[in-house]
Formats: sequence, structure tokens, C-alpha cells
Amino acid sequence: MANLKIENVVKSYGNVQVMHGIDLDIEDGEFVVFVGPSGCGKSTLLRMIAGLEDISGGDISIGGSVMNEVAPSKRGVAMVFQTYALYPHMTVYKNMAFGLIQAKTPEDEIDRRVRQAAEVLHLTDYLERSPRALSGGQRQRVAIGRAIVREPQVFLFDEPLSNLDAALRVQTRLEIARLHERLGTTMIYVTHDQVEAMTLADKIVVLRDGRVEQVGSPIELYERPQNAFVAQFIGSPKMNFFGNADFVAGRSPGADKGDAIVGIRPEHLEECGEGDALMSAKLDLVENLGEYALAHMVNDAGTEFIAKLDKAPSVAKGGTLYFTAKPELVHFFDSATNQRIG
Amino acid sequence: MTDKQRQNLINRVAVAFGWIAAILFFFPIFWMVLTSFKTENQAIAIPPLLFFEPTLENYTEIQERTNYSKFALNSIITAFGGTGLALLIAIPSAYSMAFNTGRWTKDILMWMLSTKMLPAVGVLMPIYLISQKLGMLDSKLALVIIYAMMNLPIVMLILFNYFREIPKEILEASRMDGTSTFNEIRQVVMPLAWGGIASTALLSIILCWNEAFWSIVLTTTEASTLTAFVASFQAPEGLFWAKVSAVSTLACAPIVIFGWLAQKQLVQGLTFGAVK
Repeated sequence: MANLKIENVVKSYGNVQVMHGIDLDIEDGEFVVFVGPSGCGKSTLLRMIAGLEDISGGDISIGGSVMNEVAPSKRGVAMVFQTYALYPHMTVYKNMAFGLIQAKTPEDEIDRRVRQAAEVLHLTDYLERSPRALSGGQRQRVAIGRAIVREPQVFLFDEPLSNLDAALRVQTRLEIARLHERLGTTMIYVTHDQVEAMTLADKIVVLRDGRVEQVGSPIELYERPQNAFVAQFIGSPKMNFFGNADFVAGRSPGADKGDAIVGIRPEHLEECGEGDALMSAKLDLVENLGEYALAHMVNDAGTEFIAKLDKAPSVAKGGTLYFTAKPELVHFFDSATNQRIG
Repeated sequence: MTDKQRQNLINRVAVAFGWIAAILFFFPIFWMVLTSFKTENQAIAIPPLLFFEPTLENYTEIQERTNYSKFALNSIITAFGGTGLALLIAIPSAYSMAFNTGRWTKDILMWMLSTKMLPAVGVLMPIYLISQKLGMLDSKLALVIIYAMMNLPIVMLILFNYFREIPKEILEASRMDGTSTFNEIRQVVMPLAWGGIASTALLSIILCWNEAFWSIVLTTTEASTLTAFVASFQAPEGLFWAKVSAVSTLACAPIVIFGWLAQKQLVQGLTFGAVK
């Protein structure tokens, strides 16, 4: 069992507090993704779990024991770094074996584990090469291999795909998903890429400014964001926010909710006739991606929003389009607290 | 004159300056080697002789009448010993400074370096007396310790800068792998900074080899190095130019040859050590 419990964890640098009492429960075998804008503290939190960063307050326990003062190598965690952080002067084999050698593991056991990991990661042919002679994707697989051979209770990934090109990123993402399925080990994964978060996670933790904004499954976060920040952070293009004044008089879905923020995702706006329209706006720009088109709109009040349409609209730039949305796909947030209402 | 012509002219003038500087540096060494092959009379001839029949008589005389090899051996022992000791202290120190940089790290380094700005003669009395009390006058060990201390600030500063080039993540990875500090230095930091360590060692060896002040002051016969040996050729009757030149050539030759050989290793070392 390797559930991970984070209780009221605080991190300060001198007088500056950067993490404000994080509470989090991670079940054994869960794939958890920490996501948030840069500087939100997601990497710091991961590094505190790894033991690379001191904890200023609170407790981190893995498998029931508090790990605050335990050395990184004895926490039963293994980390995959963004920059791979391979040992450039060692062969791939030695890179993977290094941790086991330090732990004085018997040689035949080391050999067995390294070869097994190499097979899983398709690295068998590269074991005697130096990292320099490998491509970016292969290096990242070596870094993952180095984590696997230690048979950790928890895997930690710190933005592992951000140094890869787009095609490789998709491929490696799939490999990580397969790896999780195969090993069933708890994995914690830090990213700022919400596609990675949505596709990989059992549970997403959205962080902002050292606080947890929301914890939930990807679909929960998408369908019922707790606040305006999560609403805009999850989903691409991001959710449009409107005020009552942006809607056709008397048709605002938020009319009975005072001056609440009305949120509608671009993919939930539907083109319609003037008679059924909730709102109208002028076309400013079209991004046609073939599969769908993004219509950038500006209404009379000057509010800009995006509509995701099946195909490019028939009107020219400056032409008027009318939109409606299903009531159940409209979100409301308090304009003062930004929290979800109704 | 077009811009291109002007640029050409500037380049030529710059090249000319380069050559003048190179010749200014090289000429004394050239003249020393040349003089070492002259007889004493030819050496002081006016006008100076550029062409003459070379003789090895100075070299044979040195071989026969002095103990050159003993001095050379002392130089080798003190230079390598001093450098070894300096590295032994500097590598862990630079490691801790580079990877646990604190508020005062830079100041400590500057303070250490500032000791190099003091004239050595300023500490002549205390060091002489300490050596005397410890019975270490005319001992190689005293020179090794002094050479190590003398080069420590500069060795540390250079290593500090080399170590800082190593990506922090690699050290963090080794911490995750459970490497002890000793193993981390030996198996991760040192191989990665190998080129830097080698070139720092080479610099330190050269500085030790060329050191004359302490060698002359603290040694008499047993532990004297080549620099003291050269100085001993100063006779009351005046200098024997040809012989002094021969001795100086013999004192310079080993380190020049060593440096030249090591340079090739260094280039290899530098590319091997490349982190990315």
C-alpha cells in the first residue's frame, strides 16, 4: 500500500510563504496530475514529496509513515526530471543501474531489473550507448527506466514531456499511460499542459498561487468547475465569460442571479437564427482548422469571445452571427468570490 | 578608401601588433636557449653573437658538477604534491560552495582570493619561524603544504566556476538514487568536471614549479627545487651567463614539455567533460 497523504503543508522562503496549507489524499495506484499556471507551486509541491525541498510546515506521509525528515532515496519514490538529468558520463545501462548500485543491490538482481525495464521501454539495443548518442525521446525513456528499476511506491514526473517535440509528446504520453496501466503504481505528474492532464489523470489537482483550487476527475473539472479560475484553466479554447448585458434583452440565462458571471464554453455555443438567439456579435476573425473553426467574435458591448463551430461561418468579417446554448451547459459564478453558484 | 579596405587595414595592423607582442614574449626565452649553447666568452661578446658554433660544454659541466636531477625531482615532488593537496581540499570545498551556495559564499571566495594580493614576504617571518619550530626547514613537506595553501584560493575559485556549470538536476537525480556525498563527488561531480579539474591541476603545477621565493627562503640543500638551483648560480664574481642560461633552460624544459603534452589531454578532457 502506498497511499500518499499531504496535510496542511506549508512552504516559505524566509518571510515569503509560497504554499498555503495544502491538503491532499492520493490513493494507492492513482494517477494524479498537478496542473496550474507557472509559479503556482506545482513543481515545489512535487519536490517536497520527493524530498528535494524542505517542508516548512505540515506533514507528508507515504504508505502511512511521515516522510518529512526522510532522505529522498528512502521515501520509496522515484522522479523523472524535465531535463532528463541523465548522467552524461555513464552508459544507458549504468544510468539505470546507478541507484541500485548505490543501494548495494546484488549484481544479478540489478542486471535482471535493468534488462526488464529496457525491454518495457524498447531500450535493449541502446544499453551500451551513452546518453549523448540518443534522441530526446530515447533519453526520456532512459530517465523513466531509471525510475522503474528502483521499483518505487510512487512515481514522480516533473513536466517530463516539455522538452519533446509535438509528435513525440503524444507518443510518450501514451507510453506513460500504458506504463501506469501495466505497473499500477501511484503516479504524480506535474504539467502545465491541460491536454496531458485531461488524458492521463484519474484525478487532477488544480493549483494557483500555492493553493489548491479544485481536486477532481478530469470530467468533473470540465463539467462542474468550482470557480471561475478552474473554469477558464480547463478546456481549450478557454471558457467565455459574459455579463447580463451581453445577452439579448430579457434572455440572459443569469437574469435571476444578479450580476453573476455567465460562463459558456466555445464548443457549447451554437449558431442559430435571430429569433432563438441568446446573443449576437460581429465576426472578427476565423481560425479554420479543417476539423472545426474558431470564430473570434466581438459584440456591441465590446466583449470578445470565441465560438467553436463545425465549419467556418458563411458571413464575412464584420458580419453578424447569432448564438444560443443549452441551459444545462451554462455555468454561473459569483462575480465577487468567483465561486460557482447553482 | 572603401569600408572593406579600411577593415582589411585594421585587421593587418591588429595582426602586426599580435606578432610584436608574441616576439617580445618569446625573445628572452629564445635568447636564453641560444646563450646556453655558447661559451662564456661568446655569451658576453659585444656586439651579441647570433651565429656561432654551438657547444654542449655548459650542459655537460652542469651534469658533472652539480646534482641537477635531485633538484628536478624535488621540483616534481613539490609541484605535484602541492597540487594534489590543494585539490584534495579544494574539490570538497568547491562542491559545497557551488551546490549549497549561501549568502556569504561569494564573499568567502573573494576573501580567500584577496590573500593572494598580499606580498608573500609579508608572512615570511611567521612561516619561517613556524617551519623552524616544527623542524621542517629544508623539507619537501613544508614546501608541499605552502604550495598547496598558496594555490588553494585560485584552485577553489576555478573549480567553483566549473562545478556550477553542472546542471543541478543531475545532482538531484543522484540524491534520488541515494548517492552518498562522497560518492556523489567521486562518481558524478568529478567525472563531469574532469576537464576543469585537469586544467586547474595543470595551472597549479605550473605555478608551483615556477615558485622561487619560498623555495629559496625555506630550503638549503635537501629540499631545494630547480628555481632555488638557478638562483644558486649567482656567484660573488658575477654571473656566468652561459651556465645560468643552460641551468634556466633545464629548469624550464620539463614544465614546457609537460604542459605541451598535457594540453592535448586537456582538449580531450574538455570535450569529454561537456555536460550537454
